[in-house]
Amino acid sequence: MTEIFGVPTQALFGQLLIGLINGAFYAMLSLGLAVIFGLLNIINFTHGAQYMMGAFCAWFLLQYLGVGYWWALLIAPLAVGAIGVAIERTMLARLYKLDHLYGLLLTFGLALIIQGVFTNYFGSSGLPYQLPQEFAGAYNLSFMFLPKYRAWVIAVSLVVCLGTWYVIERTKLGSYLRAATENAALVQAFGINVPRMITLTYGFGVGLAAFAGVMAAPIYQVNPQMGANLIIVVFAVVVIGGMGSILGSIITGFGLGVIEGLTKVFYPEASNTVIFIIMAIVLLIKPSGLFGRAR
Amino acid sequence: MKAIRFSLTALTLVVAASAAQAQISDGVIKIGVLSDMSSLYTDLAGAGSVAAARMAVEDSGIEKRGYKVEIVSADHQNKPDVGSAITRQWYDVDKVDVIVDTPNSGVALAVNQITRDKGKAFLVSGAASSDLTGKACSPNTIHWTYDTWMLANGTGSSIVKTGGDTWFFLTADYAFGLALERDTEAVVLKNGGKVLGKVRHPLNTQDFSSFLLQAQASKAKIIGLANAGGDTTNSIKQAAEFGIVKGGQNLAGLLVFLTDIHALGLPTAQGLIVTNTFYWDSNDQTRAFAKRFAERDKGIYPTMIHAGVYSALTHYLKAVEALKSDDGTKVIAKMKETPTDDPLFGKGSIRVDGRKIHPAYLVEVKKPSESKGPWDYYKVRATIPADQAFRPLKDGECPLVK
Repeated sequence: MTEIFGVPTQALFGQLLIGLINGAFYAMLSLGLAVIFGLLNIINFTHGAQYMMGAFCAWFLLQYLGVGYWWALLIAPLAVGAIGVAIERTMLARLYKLDHLYGLLLTFGLALIIQGVFTNYFGSSGLPYQLPQEFAGAYNLSFMFLPKYRAWVIAVSLVVCLGTWYVIERTKLGSYLRAATENAALVQAFGINVPRMITLTYGFGVGLAAFAGVMAAPIYQVNPQMGANLIIVVFAVVVIGGMGSILGSIITGFGLGVIEGLTKVFYPEASNTVIFIIMAIVLLIKPSGLFGRAR
Repeated sequence: MKAIRFSLTALTLVVAASAAQAQISDGVIKIGVLSDMSSLYTDLAGAGSVAAARMAVEDSGIEKRGYKVEIVSADHQNKPDVGSAITRQWYDVDKVDVIVDTPNSGVALAVNQITRDKGKAFLVSGAASSDLTGKACSPNTIHWTYDTWMLANGTGSSIVKTGGDTWFFLTADYAFGLALERDTEAVVLKNGGKVLGKVRHPLNTQDFSSFLLQAQASKAKIIGLANAGGDTTNSIKQAAEFGIVKGGQNLAGLLVFLTDIHALGLPTAQGLIVTNTFYWDSNDQTRAFAKRFAERDKGIYPTMIHAGVYSALTHYLKAVEALKSDDGTKVIAKMKETPTDDPLFGKGSIRVDGRKIHPAYLVEVKKPSESKGPWDYYKVRATIPADQAFRPLKDGECPLVK
């Protein structure tokens, strides 16, 4: 069998695929962050908590109402997105004129509060969420055993990411959004309700996080800390991709997933830090990120 | 006459009370529960350990006899530097006399050293590393509930003996995981098994699929999980997803707590073999304790760590009363020379190296059909007698053993 650095190529293919799956989560989460930052100029540190709330929402639906995975995919993003809208209207909207730092502090504080409340009521070990029956089993690709659900994760995340990119970069609605970030007063003068558009954008970004949370529920434990662990990495992804760049965050998300996956093979002890090393290097060479433009 | 008698009685009472407090520093026995209050070990120790400490104090009745007891708690966030800072603050400023629990061996080893320097007392229930009674043993520390040698000896040897002779380790990359891996590897090799590979993952990892794939490729019969808490539950859950068990490999959860089984659910956890030193459904006393405990800890049933905190403090308070002093070094010495006896672990003893000795139980996780409801999870397969459950005194390299 051929080997690369002592690892059989077959095994390496498997690891690449796994990296891509983890990258799918990074991409979905960093996409929401990028949309929110790009259009609202808010660094949404609550994103991890909102991802966690999505997973919990799916669990609540199943546990108390007997509502399954498929409906949860629809209901959880709407419910958590609605909470996001409320947060934006009551709190964030007051901060747009102030420095970034205020938005960051507010959302970070909110994240800590939400996680604390969930930990208080549901503990730290997490709650089980069974894999939907449709996804039981796996595909045997000669080089690895790919659980059906993981294949589904990649497919869905690609669709969601590209769909979002298309809406923002290629449709009329997207052009309004982009115009409003450049010059809100001018766009408003054309009779477009900019504050409402911004509120809905935030709701959408939050909904994306919740959607990723539902996707994650069957493979990770539904756990109050699940977002806290992920959010820092996702932030690094956004920074590497370029703050606010939609396509950048998608490509970087998948790419870094793969790099992290390979680190887990060659030097697993560093798998938690490799992304930050890359972030440091990118910031040194291209401070606005790989796909960002200097503002 | 009546008045004189009254004042005499009052005087005796005052004298008795002040005698009781004579040697108690600041007049208060101050207990510090240092634990993980916000992260992956919260449910298996955390707030439950505080509840268990409070129950131990109440059940001892020591406060009725004129002693003042105060319990404080803090979150070490699984960081040895944070844990050390709290420990120093507690000993130097807040006058804490004894620290209990402390899951996370990295933090516990740091607290162990500071406690020794300050001449205080440290009762370990949460941490696992067998080094606490080995190279790092201390006249100020007692390791109560379990340790990595015991887990390796219980789970590891029983699995090798039933044919699981090739191993691949999935190890949490810090003091605890490394100690557990080391002790289990020794047991595997001693029983004629082989270790085909190992991979070390950072503490608090979400996704184990990459590591599991490596374990799968190793073709080892047994994948040993030298991790704990959320890391273990995520490994087990994802191993099921990747068809590891269906593919003919088996998982060995080297340290699995009752709360982990609860989090996984029986459909995923059934059949796991685990070593424990306490199970709530053992006898009437443990059942009564569990019921009271659950009322105080959000319905969570006690893990062996919670039981250990209760039992260790019960013994500690007896020693304090016997000595009428809360001087750390003296109390620990007294605890070692007195046989232990409490409702949860029964009769036992403490060795000179600080190791508390009691039986261990090899248990199997029930099938969903066998369980009568939440928390009814284990059936006992074998009991390892107290004198065989822990590392022999001479093998520990503890400098206190002469």
